Amino acid sequence: MGRARPGDWLILFAGLTLAIGLWLRQADSLEGRVIVRLDGKVAIETSLRLNRQIEINGPLGISRIEIRDGRVRVARDPSPRQLCVRQGWIAPGGAAICLPNRVSVENAAAGYDTLNY
Amino acid sequence: MQLELHATLEDRRVAALAAAAIGLTLAEAAIPLPLPGVKPGLANIVTLVVLYRYGWRTAAWVAGLRIVAGALALGQFLTPAFVLSLSGGIASLLLLALMIRLPARWFGPIGLSVLAAFAHIAAQLLVVDAWLLPGASILGLLPLFLSAAWITGLVNGFAADHLLHTQESTP
Repeated sequence: MGRARPGDWLILFAGLTLAIGLWLRQADSLEGRVIVRLDGKVAIETSLRLNRQIEINGPLGISRIEIRDGRVRVARDPSPRQLCVRQGWIAPGGAAICLPNRVSVENAAAGYDTLNY
Repeated sequence: MQLELHATLEDRRVAALAAAAIGLTLAEAAIPLPLPGVKPGLANIVTLVVLYRYGWRTAAWVAGLRIVAGALALGQFLTPAFVLSLSGGIASLLLLALMIRLPARWFGPIGLSVLAAFAHIAAQLLVVDAWLLPGASILGLLPLFLSAAWITGLVNGFAADHLLHTQESTP
């Protein structure tokens, strides 16, 4: 047994490459997202991979959101009690809400849940 | 009055082979599997062996009978599971009809088995996407199902290859 012919090897190799390629592509597309909302409406949606600072103008002033090394936090906010800033880096799946400035930042966790099924 | 059925030798052969395939289908249904939709597809070993030994027509008969009778035995006839099984079966049979014409020196049962498994799962995912779960992101499951098809296709291909060789050596 085990007499794979040249074309068989080709098919096996091509199939394996296809499967691995799809896995890698999916791993890429499953990267985390950052969703910034103002007044409950999505204002900015961006990747968690790109280091950047986002400024968003709420009723009280500018909230600055920092994305660095795959993490996200509210770096500065005009809200009086600074709850969302003191929360620090937002855990995957978590969110920081600067209620007085009507800004929320969500670390949309990558991955599947039952809803995807 | 007596109704008589005249079964030719070919009919008997198809029946016997289909019975083997149905047996594998039923046995396989008893194996608990971690994911819905991922099955070893052992009955396809029979389809491949028949394809090589008796040609595509007989293989299509055996596969068709296995799909219908297997679904009847499992109580799945005309359910979505049956439609999925049928669409996968048709897709892989069509592909095999093309592949069997390729030079045998280059392409053997192992390659055909893997390609047929791919055709099988591709057709099923298309049916799921178009009919059963429109809108759901079936594409996200593609790598998983393709990998499973690669493995099961390989294993079934080796099994068919082995059977074909051992059958050749014994008269």
